[in-house]
Amino acid sequence: MTDHTSQAELVRRSLKGRYRKERRFRAYGIVAIAIALAALVTLFTDIVGKGYTGFLKTTITLEVTMDPDLMYLDDPTDPKQVRMADFVAPLVAAVGRALPSATQDDQDALRRLINPYASSELRDALIENPEWMGTTRTMSFLAHSNVDVYVKHKGDAAYSIKLTDQQQAWVDDLRARELVETSFNDVFFTSGDSRDPAKAGVLGAIVGSLLTMIITLVLAFPIGVAAAIYLEEFAPRNKLTDFIEVNINNLAAVPSIIFGLLGLAIFINLFGMPRSVPVVGGLVLTLMTLPTIIISSRAAIKSVPPSVREAAEGIGASKMQVVLHHVLPLALPGMLTGSIIGMAQALGETAPLLLIGMVAFIVEVPEGLFDAATVLPVQVFLWAGSPELAFIERASAAIMVLLAFLMSMNALAIWLRKRLERRW
Amino acid sequence: MQPLNLLLLTMLLAAVAYVLGSARSRTLAMPLGGVRHLKSLPGYYGVRAAIWCGVPALVILGLWAAFEGKMIQSIVVGTLPDTMIPDTAGEASLLMSKIGNVANGSLPPGFVEEPVAKAAELLQVLQVQSKIYMTGLVLAVALLAGFVGWVRIRPLLNAREQVEAILRWFFFACAGVAVLTTVGIVFSVVFETIRFFEQVPFFEFFFGTSWSPQLALRTDQVGSEGAFGMIPLFTGTLLISFIAMLIAAPVGLLSAIYLSEYANKRVRSTVKPLLEMLAGIPTVVYGFFAALTVAPFISDLASAIGVEASSQSALAAGLVMGIMIIPFVSSLSDDVINAVPQTLRDGSLALGATQSETMKKVIFPAALPGIMGGLLLAVSRAIGETMIVVMAAGLAANLTANPLETVTTVTVQIVTLLVGDQEFDSAKTLAAFALGAMLFISTLLLNVIALKIVRKYREQYD
Repeated sequence: MTDHTSQAELVRRSLKGRYRKERRFRAYGIVAIAIALAALVTLFTDIVGKGYTGFLKTTITLEVTMDPDLMYLDDPTDPKQVRMADFVAPLVAAVGRALPSATQDDQDALRRLINPYASSELRDALIENPEWMGTTRTMSFLAHSNVDVYVKHKGDAAYSIKLTDQQQAWVDDLRARELVETSFNDVFFTSGDSRDPAKAGVLGAIVGSLLTMIITLVLAFPIGVAAAIYLEEFAPRNKLTDFIEVNINNLAAVPSIIFGLLGLAIFINLFGMPRSVPVVGGLVLTLMTLPTIIISSRAAIKSVPPSVREAAEGIGASKMQVVLHHVLPLALPGMLTGSIIGMAQALGETAPLLLIGMVAFIVEVPEGLFDAATVLPVQVFLWAGSPELAFIERASAAIMVLLAFLMSMNALAIWLRKRLERRW
Repeated sequence: MQPLNLLLLTMLLAAVAYVLGSARSRTLAMPLGGVRHLKSLPGYYGVRAAIWCGVPALVILGLWAAFEGKMIQSIVVGTLPDTMIPDTAGEASLLMSKIGNVANGSLPPGFVEEPVAKAAELLQVLQVQSKIYMTGLVLAVALLAGFVGWVRIRPLLNAREQVEAILRWFFFACAGVAVLTTVGIVFSVVFETIRFFEQVPFFEFFFGTSWSPQLALRTDQVGSEGAFGMIPLFTGTLLISFIAMLIAAPVGLLSAIYLSEYANKRVRSTVKPLLEMLAGIPTVVYGFFAALTVAPFISDLASAIGVEASSQSALAAGLVMGIMIIPFVSSLSDDVINAVPQTLRDGSLALGATQSETMKKVIFPAALPGIMGGLLLAVSRAIGETMIVVMAAGLAANLTANPLETVTTVTVQIVTLLVGDQEFDSAKTLAAFALGAMLFISTLLLNVIALKIVRKYREQYD
């Protein structure tokens, strides 16, 4: 009897400690989740904080006098001469007029307030409208990228070091008179890469990604679905089938960079395909995403109940007819969901594309599958490696564009699953 | 005609063959008393005709497009005088691009040696001829085979069985692509690796402790021998992976335990997708975060407490890689924990154990093999991860265990050696393939072991 009470007593006395341990264990779990979520939040706020300014551009409004003498033109009516004329001088003169405090010695400093490409913009405008010659017009130009970051990050010392104190004062003056303004950065979405951050955009990379994804989708989806059908429905249980299955599972876990080595050695060296083109990128990403698509397609086929198959067989359908007419349509939503997730993975992939040369500096927006191109994640990589702060904010902005694409793909997959997938 | 247009045209022809084939089967069936006297449905006759028309032509087209360039190149190089035959692969590609530039008109023929100008002329002619022959052959085969297929349609022909057999072979071939990929990977690394070991001794690579693959421009230059010891690369990889697992294993495991054992449905359905979001973020984004936010933060923090830290520390790369792997660990452990039968859980709780005691003393030991398998998969993921380390870890191959110093990894070196121009006969380029082979073998071993453990464990409770 005493034994019994002492045991109960023992348990009771230990309870407090045990409950404390219980609470502590639960707290560990909460802390772990908090760490993971904090990392997620930090990542997003960091990217958005660094990159939202990438969606803004700084323009400078000038009253430009297209004076033939200033442009070293003997004959302002000769288009050939106009093409070769000096367009920097009228721009610098216009900046000088806007800033009365500037002197003749400040030419260089003034020139560095406007974008180096502004002169070619002026030239194109004048070639299109020859009647402007000799007149004075109010025009807007992109500001120099140093001015751009200075205006957008007012007060942050790291962003003003490239401008002299005098230049900073000028920019502040122009800003106060609303001659220097920031607005939505349409250049970012309508141009390819550039050495000048103010002129650099993601359009080339987006088109490159799109072309690469088209190849990947066109190849990976049918091949993946066909392979899944074979393995689920037709494959005899033997050594060969087992070997294929083990292969697929292992390929799913092979580091992506290895696929880059494969692409370099087989597609480029052996088959002599060109470097840096979307076709080779698409082929490499196809091989990389195939295992994912096969695995998810098999799961989708497995989830079709046997009763459907038996009913079809019962009315005399051949095995192939059962699969193509009944199993495949029912499994298709699941297959699509898995494929979209696989495609999202491929869209974010960088490493293998570096090896097949899609890392080149390409200004033109690619027009075909065999044009040299780069893709969004590689563009992020290229800009992130630049020492210029203006490129860093564009890298962040490009990341946001990339994440927007990925999220809409995932949202589409979730929507498809909710909408089309049937539970049996 | 361009291969792409030819592809579309062939497909169009196949579509026409489909229509004609099914029409012919209907016509043949008419005198017999209708379609039901055919062995198969008319559609199958159509598909059969389309296959006859399209498949052989497309195979020829594919082979032609794949080997056209190499064939023309070898013919063109063959016409050059012996003195101009290039010795090295680098010279060969230089010569070919020169010939190509002359042929497409971007380099005037007067600027180059006479044999090159001649070769360029030949190249141009061959390219045009090759296109003409390809177009002719592909179209002829498509039309001829399509016609034969169409003529051979008979009411007693079992078109369905033939079509289904071909489809089955097609499905099999698609499944075989996975095997071909593996074979391709093995082949692409094996040959270059063998060539690498012809130039660099086996022992130096595996046991050498210094890595500096810069080759000299001149052979007589001081320090012209590159050093190819992979030990510092592997220790660097392991150091970063270790830091990553130090973060990912406890955080991933504990959050999986909390989500599967404690969290109510609402918490689980919000937290789980958020964790999975971490898995969906591209690695280049993590790399950006590591290089531009975490690494400066760590080096500032270190200098604030008086420790010296490199601006490209192993710690920064490892930390961010750990964050990347958290969802991987947590979803794998979640699966494993959920696979432990409810009876074990109920039994333990019925004996008066608290939830944490049940977890620690019953479920965790039961799930341990599966969790270990999952962790091994995570390690293999960490070893093969490229972008984070390319952007945040350095290039200096230091043999160190100090997480605040710069280390380099196998993947970083592969990327550095292969981005840009390559010469396929220098040890420098070949070294990348040798490293790739090592990476492939080590991750493959980890994966095979891990998958075996996980599968064995699953069978135990099924």
